[in-house]
This record gives sequence, structure tokens and C-alpha cells, in this order.
Amino acid sequence: MVISSSTRIEWQTATVKEIVPRTPRVTSFVLTPSRPFTPKAGQHVDVRLTAPDGYQAQRGYSISSAPESAPDIELAIERLEEGEVSPFFHQVVQPGDEIELRGPLGGHFVWAAEEGGPILLIAGGSGVAPLMAMARHRAASGSTVPMAMLFSCRTWDEVIFRDELLAMHRKRDGFELILTLTRDVEKRNGLHGRRIDSAMVTEATERLPTPPVLTFVCGSNAFVSAASESSVAAGVPAGSIRTERYGG
Amino acid sequence: MVTRGFFGRQPPPDISNRVPPGQALTDDFPVLSAGPTPKVPLDTWKFTLKVGPRPVKSWTWEEFNALPQTRMTRDIHCVTTWSKLDTPWQGVMIDDLLGDANIEPPTGFTLAHSFDGYTTNVPTADLVGGKSMVATHFEGKPLTPDHGGPARLLVPHLYFWKSAKWVNALQFTERDELGFWELRGYHAYGDPWREQRYTGDP
Repeated sequence: MVISSSTRIEWQTATVKEIVPRTPRVTSFVLTPSRPFTPKAGQHVDVRLTAPDGYQAQRGYSISSAPESAPDIELAIERLEEGEVSPFFHQVVQPGDEIELRGPLGGHFVWAAEEGGPILLIAGGSGVAPLMAMARHRAASGSTVPMAMLFSCRTWDEVIFRDELLAMHRKRDGFELILTLTRDVEKRNGLHGRRIDSAMVTEATERLPTPPVLTFVCGSNAFVSAASESSVAAGVPAGSIRTERYGG
Repeated sequence: MVTRGFFGRQPPPDISNRVPPGQALTDDFPVLSAGPTPKVPLDTWKFTLKVGPRPVKSWTWEEFNALPQTRMTRDIHCVTTWSKLDTPWQGVMIDDLLGDANIEPPTGFTLAHSFDGYTTNVPTADLVGGKSMVATHFEGKPLTPDHGGPARLLVPHLYFWKSAKWVNALQFTERDELGFWELRGYHAYGDPWREQRYTGDP
């Protein structure tokens, strides 16, 4: 999809409505922009923080809420110990605070239900954020597009949005969740216990009625490289794979 | 608007004038791309200069590496807000490509093309005059595939999405034709010092 608009997306303030811890390292911040917008699933906002001396820091964060949740948007922010912005969110931000942001941004890593599917989502850790927006959009819009999410986390407790994803899976309405844990020693029933490989991608594609028309991969750089290579090895056409990497 | 409770981590004073607004320094070299890393075999690698649809000169990998080599150390700035200082590159200056093809810059605009179908537009004036190269080495070593190897465009004074990975052609165009990200919400020019991140930014 090509979004071409010559209109500048302006900075605006958003109010922190709610703060929801998701895992030990990931917390969701639900923001209400003062000038509401409806994002496409997969888009991001840029956040800008300003110090008293005028110094500013900016970061992009994917929106993890469905477009149907507008005007509220949810940012699931992983705390990076050495970071400048994520520790501020985790330690300082409180409900009622105002944060500057601009958005929605990005026109490549996006999906709308009317574009159809099947869709394969491959997430590593907090890379699930924009993919969660797609899964939630599918559910909130009543779409029947077949969608499979392959989600790799370190441990059971670090599966972001775990209960919500499991509930989507249990509805058996065409959304399939395949979880793999890379560090939990204890095997859990029905879960994989290794890094994503081509066999696991094949298993995910086989849960779809026909091969995916689009595959979205998001996670760390190393994760995205490995997961895209596994997808290509599993027969997913390289041109149908869209990637987004964090770690910058 | 001052953000309550934010004090930030400012770059040291001696380098703060090298960090554009909204950027943060990194020692890593993050990787960003729209899709999987393509495999580009050197035996079929080819780089082409085109004027409009017409190819005017092509080089094989061997021929390309026989062209004059230039080293360039520059600060680079990614639109996702990381900046990296003093990155050392080696490759062939666009000036030397034009010289070897025996042509003057034919038009005011250029579209860079990549093996994976990626494109990005750069004014020709930003590619010539010692500003830009097709880089084949980073930190003295052959450029790795995830960073655009075997060869990427390097236009260090613009946001780094302009430095197209896996580049295989420069096409001179009569009009400014938008590239891949420029058609998807990103700025047509992308000057980090003016924070031209997204479409419509001044």
C-alpha cells in the first residue's frame, strides 16, 4: 500500500490515560492524543521528550492497539537498561502526564483487513507490538482473514499480551498462535522450545488454508534476519516478506 | 513543551554540534530494511548508469573494483533517530563513475535502484562534487550483506535511507521521481539538519 500525502504530520500533545505492566520488562502506555487520528495497523508514532534546557530526544514506537481503539493508542515499551527514553517512560511517566508525539507514521509495515490474506506474523519479543495491532484489528473489525502468529519469547512470563493472544487463538475463528520459548527449561504442553527455524515457519504456514500473501516480521535485528531467512527457506517468497527491526 | 521529569542524556559538548536535532548517538550499527536481505552473487553482479530508460554504462564486479578507490569517513544519521560518528567507508565516488562513463551529470535528479527492487531519489547535485560514493568496504572490510553488501550507495549528509543497500543502478531522471520510502510517507529530500523526516516536513 502506498500512502502519499503532502500534508505534514504535526507534533501534538497526548495525555497518558493508563499504564499497564505487561511483562517484567514491557509496560503499555495508553495515550489519548489531543488531535485524534486513526492509525493503520502496523504504523508508529514518534515521541519527543524535552528537557528544561531545551534538549530533545525522539524515538519511534509502534502502536500496538487496533485502529478501532482510536482515539486511544497503546505503546508497549520495553525497558532498555542503557536507554534514554524507555527508562523515562518506565520510571517517571504517570497517568495524566502530557507527552508530545506525531503520527500516525509509516506506510510499508501496515495491514488493513480489507486487503485480505492469509497473513503470517512473526514476532520476536517486543517486536510483537505492531503485529499485535494487526491481530487486534482483525478481531475488532470482525474479519475472517486467516492469520497465523509465530511468536518467540525468552520465557513464559515474557510473552507480551499472552492472555489476550491465547484467547484469540481459542476462539478458533481463523487466528492461530504458535508460541516458542527460547529459555524456559521446563517444557510446556504444545509449545516449542527453540529459536524460530524453517520447520516452525512451515508449521505456521500449514495452519493457514493457503500460503500467506504477506508475511510481517518484527523484532531485533538478529531475530528478523534469522526469521526472514527461515521464512524464505520454508518457501515464503522473499518479495512477500515485510520486515521491521528495532535496536536502533 | 518541557516534558515533566525528563532531563535527557545530552551528547558531550565537543561533539554535540555533530548530532542533528532529535538524534541520539549509537556505537552500534543498527540494520533497517524493508524486507529480507537479498543474496547478491558477485559473478553476476552488475552496476549500471542509466539516463532515463537508456543504459549508458555497466560494470561487472571486477571492472567496478578496478575503478579509482576513495576512502571517506563521515557521520551518518538514520531517520529512526540514531546517529553514528566517524564511520569509515571505501568505494568508488559517483564523480569517478561518471568520469569512467565519460559523461557529465545528465539531469538534475537521480533514482538509485537496488537488487531487491528498492529505490530512492536523490538530487544529482547531492551525488557529485565529492559528496557520495558507491561503497564496497566498511571499517576496512568488505561490506556485509546486512549492511548492503556487496555495494551500497553512500550519501552521508542525508538521512541514511537514501544510502540504498544492494545498489545496482543509478538512473538519471528529468523529474524528481519518488523512491520506495518517499512514496510511503518519508521526506523527498531528507536533510537531517532540517529534520526532514516525513512527507511535508519543511
